[in-house]
Amino acid sequence: MTVAMEVERLSVDVRTPAGRVRAVRDVSFTVHSGQAMALLGESGCGKSMTAQAIAGLLGPVAEVAGGAVRLDGVDVLGLDPASRRKLAGPGLAIVFQDALTALNPVYPVGTQLAEPFRIHEKLSRRAAREKAVELMDRVGIPEPRSRLNAYPHQFSGGMRQRLLIAMAVALRPAVLLADEPTTALDVTVQAQIMELLAELRTEQRMALVLITHDLAVAAEQADHVAVMYAGAVVETGPVAEVFRAPRHPYTRGLLDSVPAAGDRGTRLRSIDGAPPELADLPSGCAFRARCPLATERCATERPPLAETGPGRASACHYWKELADG
Amino acid sequence: MLTFLRRRIISSALPLLVVILGVFFLARLTGDPANLYLPLSATPEMRAEFAARNGFDQPVLVQFGDYLAQLVHLDFGESLRTAQPAAEAVLRAFPATLQLAGVTMLLAVVGAAVVGSLAAYRPNSAADRGASFLSATAASIPDFWFAIMGVLLFSVTLGWLPTSGTVGAAAWVLPVATLLIRPFGVLVQVVRGAMVSALSAPYVKVARSKGAGEARVVFGHALRNAGAPALTVAGDLAVGMLNGAVVVETIFGWPGIGKLMIDSILQRDFAVLQAAVLITALTIFALNILIDICYALLDARVRQGVMA
Repeated sequence: MTVAMEVERLSVDVRTPAGRVRAVRDVSFTVHSGQAMALLGESGCGKSMTAQAIAGLLGPVAEVAGGAVRLDGVDVLGLDPASRRKLAGPGLAIVFQDALTALNPVYPVGTQLAEPFRIHEKLSRRAAREKAVELMDRVGIPEPRSRLNAYPHQFSGGMRQRLLIAMAVALRPAVLLADEPTTALDVTVQAQIMELLAELRTEQRMALVLITHDLAVAAEQADHVAVMYAGAVVETGPVAEVFRAPRHPYTRGLLDSVPAAGDRGTRLRSIDGAPPELADLPSGCAFRARCPLATERCATERPPLAETGPGRASACHYWKELADG
Repeated sequence: MLTFLRRRIISSALPLLVVILGVFFLARLTGDPANLYLPLSATPEMRAEFAARNGFDQPVLVQFGDYLAQLVHLDFGESLRTAQPAAEAVLRAFPATLQLAGVTMLLAVVGAAVVGSLAAYRPNSAADRGASFLSATAASIPDFWFAIMGVLLFSVTLGWLPTSGTVGAAAWVLPVATLLIRPFGVLVQVVRGAMVSALSAPYVKVARSKGAGEARVVFGHALRNAGAPALTVAGDLAVGMLNGAVVVETIFGWPGIGKLMIDSILQRDFAVLQAAVLITALTIFALNILIDICYALLDARVRQGVMA
């Protein structure tokens, strides 16, 4: 299995009026070609920020504070802007959540789909448009040729997401980051889009980093999972193992809050409390205020993400207790 | 497109009638032309003869009716002063104003697109603050003051530029600068605001994720999206420029329609004044239609009637 991308101790700071806040802290994970990795967490946990830092798309108020993102052994964070642009498309691509705002409203979709070929392969307008037709056909847009000159608002939500995916996979990227690609869609369309992503992954031997808050999506699509909480990874491992026997109380809490068919008539379970403010993280473990296992040690000593078995790691002092029952 | 144009023309008809009505009656409040055109010693008989010759002896409503009847035949009447057709005087002055306003508007739009985009590229950077300060200053300077200070400095003290006239590039500098300064300041601020929001839109991130260079991102992807708000304001400013021309043309002796209007008020030359205002109004209506067409070209959603 070839390593497609290695993220090592990636940290991101956000500048706020009150000072710098660390929004992503020492995030590390590895994705392999043809495999999918889910970055799982609730809103504000830093998963989208992680993706944008990897893709070099952080806004003006956020910046990478440390770490490395290695593509093919090269740390892309250390590259100059021109070399980095060369990788944007063939090396690393990203699919955003809201396809309506992610497609430029004033240009026909054909022009936007042709753009990667125009930029990277210097194809002629006509040749690039031919490629755009092929791409539209590949992602399942009916009658692609006649729709080249249509505008984004003339497509349905699902079709727009297909267009966005087509644009991202145009140059067969080694790694595709998908930031909640189906959140804005209804369930049936969601399944079709996920299926398309899975097909493309196999076909192009692409590594997929799937950013999601949806446990079911992660379970179905991903080989590995990294669970994030308050800007840090708290547990990683193969999806099936992590979901069967979580080794971090936060993962356990998430899994417990999924309602099952037999739960009819009982109260929905949830994790008590709310995630801490990133600007005001408590000492020690960020999860301790909501954790049933927390002790005094958790307040003084921050648990590092440590290996708990082959391919698995947890950032909890008491993961063994959790595993034992 | 044709039904759109027809609708616009029909909806412009009523305001145009109001303009005609307003100018006709307001012009007659400026005074009796006989006081200007006849010697101070004129007898009542001479005055009556003058009024009868020019139709001023009729009740004002009858005069208005006659005027409308002539207008339908595209007859704008004759100048009291020169006895030439009023339309001729106006059409002779009009190109000078159009050239002045056209050159100024072109400079304002292109300049503001560049300066506004660069300012928006890094919000709150030194370049942005500089542009904001300069544009706010430019937008607040009164044009007549700027014109007079310009004449004082560049024409009187330094002797670089002529005080008036239209011959040679140097003669254009002060009139264009005077007319330019406020629209430019306002447009820079509008473009900057629209570009700040366009540059933070997801499609800009997507463009960068495709490996697009910064020039392509800013001027290709973002600027066209920022075009609609800028166009709205630019249209307004263009209309204002036709009015601003009155001040600039009077100060710099520019033989345009603004100067013609002032002169014809001073000389109670009703027919020329009416023709000048009417043709200016028609130009403004045409300009508004042109702006709507530009909207449609800029954004397919307007073309297809998706957005109201």
